Amino acid sequence: MRRLILVALLAGAAFGAAQAATFKLTLLVPADDARLERSRTERAYLGHPGGPAADGLLVALKEAKFELEAAGAVLTLDTVPVANAAAAKDAAQKAEKGGAAVVLTDLPADWTLAAADAVKLPVMNLGDASDRLREQDCRPRLLHLLPSERMRTDALAQTLAAARWSQVLLLTGPAPADAQRSATAQASIKRYGLKLVATKPFKLSADPRERDLANLKLLTGTTGNATYDVVWVVDSDGEFARTLPYRTSLPRPVVGDAGLTALAWSAQFERFGAPQVSRRFTKATGRPMTAHDWASWMAGKAITSAATEVPKGPAVAFAKALNELEFDGSKGTPMSFRPWDGQLRQPMLLTDGQGVVAMAPVEGVLHPKNNLDTLGVDAPEKLCKVARP
Amino acid sequence: MNKLVFARSLLGGAAMVAMSLLAQAQAQTAYVSSEKDHTLTVIDLKTQAVTGTVPTCRRPRHVQLTPDGKKLLVACAESNAADVIDLATRKSVGRLAIGEDPEAFDLSPDGKTLYISQEDDAALGFFDIASGKFTRTVEVGKEPEGVKASPDGKLVWVTSEVANMVHVIDAATGKVVKNVKVGKRPRRLALTPDGSQLWVTNEMSASVSILSTKDWTVTDTIQFEVKGARSTDITPVGITMTKDGKQAFVALGRANHVAFVDVASHKTTALALVGKRAWNVTLDKSEKQLLVVNGLSDDVTLVDVATAKPLKSLPVGRVPYGAVIVE
Repeated sequence: MRRLILVALLAGAAFGAAQAATFKLTLLVPADDARLERSRTERAYLGHPGGPAADGLLVALKEAKFELEAAGAVLTLDTVPVANAAAAKDAAQKAEKGGAAVVLTDLPADWTLAAADAVKLPVMNLGDASDRLREQDCRPRLLHLLPSERMRTDALAQTLAAARWSQVLLLTGPAPADAQRSATAQASIKRYGLKLVATKPFKLSADPRERDLANLKLLTGTTGNATYDVVWVVDSDGEFARTLPYRTSLPRPVVGDAGLTALAWSAQFERFGAPQVSRRFTKATGRPMTAHDWASWMAGKAITSAATEVPKGPAVAFAKALNELEFDGSKGTPMSFRPWDGQLRQPMLLTDGQGVVAMAPVEGVLHPKNNLDTLGVDAPEKLCKVARP
Repeated sequence: MNKLVFARSLLGGAAMVAMSLLAQAQAQTAYVSSEKDHTLTVIDLKTQAVTGTVPTCRRPRHVQLTPDGKKLLVACAESNAADVIDLATRKSVGRLAIGEDPEAFDLSPDGKTLYISQEDDAALGFFDIASGKFTRTVEVGKEPEGVKASPDGKLVWVTSEVANMVHVIDAATGKVVKNVKVGKRPRRLALTPDGSQLWVTNEMSASVSILSTKDWTVTDTIQFEVKGARSTDITPVGITMTKDGKQAFVALGRANHVAFVDVASHKTTALALVGKRAWNVTLDKSEKQLLVVNGLSDDVTLVDVATAKPLKSLPVGRVPYGAVIVE
């Protein structure tokens, strides 16, 4: 079930370039990916993947054809499905032995860590937003393309602060990730001076005995004098959040995992050449480009930029270029990996799925060095303790 | 004379054509394309006032005068066409099917061929205006943008925003002669009047790359700085030069300034504060005024070239893109 795709053929001859160097990319994906079941992708919940991670990568590699040919570099992509963390570790080791320049993962956090611990190569996390991969469980050569949960909540909190919608009712779901994500949301709410009016757990249920947890009107009703400006919903699953907009007790907007959502990308984004990127993606894959697709496309962009920079290698120079270069991801500003946790700093888009409502960092939020670093963990927090190259 | 223009707009009609020609012989008129209004805004530069609008095809972007000076060609992204606007009547007199989502183009010096960057197909199209057909399509890097034909008609230059290159293309054979790596997201091109240097704006590198047309090497890179702005907010796009080749003007995008650059020394001599996201720049014939199109504040700023001082900002249509001055 291994697929080898030769992306760019040796074409140095056309431009008289020197002998081409080959950069091997190994992408590890879950053997059985519940996120990509048709019943889920059809619902197209905001912030959920819309298809395989290889799609975005292939689009990026294909569009770098001219640069790669001129530089005399060849990239190959090998996609390996893995069933668990041990298999991810084995596959990463095998890739390293086979001369891979980089390992990419679209895996659960623990599987990505198993792969990262097994090799000395750069490992690019495409699809997992967990903060722990950027904080206590960070790794020296692990890079992250998808914005972290905290970047998402910071972007949303900035947007609410700019709008002066400061009174927040927070609803948190029962999924394993929801408690942690809710804590992250609360940290952002605090940091941007918003006020947490109340926080309530919710549950999908039709059982009348659980109506306090499941009834939308009861959940969003005002007890005593507590009113709110927005309902912030934390729902990793997505089904509950989708039912919430327009069904709240008070006529208030929903934000978080439904309503207004902070994402890395939207297919409706109109600026900075974004429509061309989305269009190329849809032409190649037949589906709209999601935030996850942007993350894998961006990984491809970063890899091709690094390969063009040091077309003859060696691997060390390639890894260095990957860590130090600035990349263009059609979001209007150069982006690079943060040295302190390997996260790609990037603007975020606030979208309701119909259009892009706002961008973050919002105007007026400033940072001593780079405004993009107002989103997510900043260097002085020192939450990633490992030494990074 | 201004009364004449005013009278014409009131009365309109064919009877006024002769009068308007007379008016235009002395007038100094700017036409500014507006992507979201599907119009050209007409500005009388003598009075510094907006005098009207000309409807175009949908989402007009690059505007250019035909070599005979009688018509405007306007590339329209949503119409997949260029509108041909007759300047005497200020009406569309034809459409050229120049391909999907057109943005930037240039004309061959003889006015017969239109070179159009085809963003979605990653190609440069050679469009024969007389027959209305493409005669050639040259594959280039993704998201081709700025296009320029050399004055001798032998070469065409096109930038690729994704490949970060300028492609040098032989106009006769359609072969890519050279791929020159420049800064990130190269946008627009200007040739020094002596033909020795090609200047390329790099939107994501806050710079201009200077290419030698002799051997296509990058001889220098001009890095822009604006006090109070970070380099990531300096996003150069539009560029133009004086006829004597002494001064260049570079719109610095989100930095909301235009840089005045001394061509010989590559030094920035002045910065003029304009509107939001300064996008394209156009000089009048006497090179006394520079018209700057501000993409995000829906206006244009007129800048005095001698003093580098902004004279006046005029509201135009929504999302203005480019401008042509007709004198």
